[in-house]
Amino acid sequence: MQISYFSWVRERMGIAEEHVALPPDVAELSALIAWLAARDARGAHAFAEPERIRAAIDGTMIGPDARIADAREIALFPPVTGG
Amino acid sequence: MIHVAVQPGIIDVAAELVRHDAGGHGASASFVGRVRGDGGLAELFLEHHPVMTHAALAELARAAAERWALPAVTLIHRVGAMLPGDTIVLVLASSPHRSEALAACAFLIDRLKTDAMLWKRETFDDGRVQWVEQRETDLDRAACWEDRS
Repeated sequence: MQISYFSWVRERMGIAEEHVALPPDVAELSALIAWLAARDARGAHAFAEPERIRAAIDGTMIGPDARIADAREIALFPPVTGG
Repeated sequence: MIHVAVQPGIIDVAAELVRHDAGGHGASASFVGRVRGDGGLAELFLEHHPVMTHAALAELARAAAERWALPAVTLIHRVGAMLPGDTIVLVLASSPHRSEALAACAFLIDRLKTDAMLWKRETFDDGRVQWVEQRETDLDRAACWEDRS
């Protein structure tokens, strides 16, 4: 699965994207965020406040309970601020 | 005609209006958003998603055209580095009548603030750099359009 990061999430992770092999018990978005936060110090910094993280799967915005098992690409980012 | 663009280059408002209004519509409403120079702002940088930002704007333009039966919608958002006074976003909505054009223009600027993957980063004269936080009032304005017909 490819994960891409944007804005301060990208800065805190130190990378724009990565490929990961998820453990089978990481099935929902909230579990993915918790897994990334526990993986290393960069993840702990980027995902210290899960309520400030938004996400999209293959181009569609999703909520924390969304299942991610079949996703090709997940984007993780802060609330958007365009306009 | 629907025209949507996400571009690093400057937005030529006059040229876009000419292109948009080639159909000679009865009413054209416009919104031009510019970079404010508040608080010693030196640069505004807009980060975007290479695919999804355009897709979200295209979907909003399509939705507005359908909801208000608009013959023409133009939605252009600039990305990358900008200076105070630069145009960030241009919304043009046309209809035979003013009420539809004005409503669609307001819908588009309200919703693009919450629906499109765009993030503002501010750099100030004293070297401070900060990402702009989303505002509750923007969320409230965007949500209003869910209830109205």
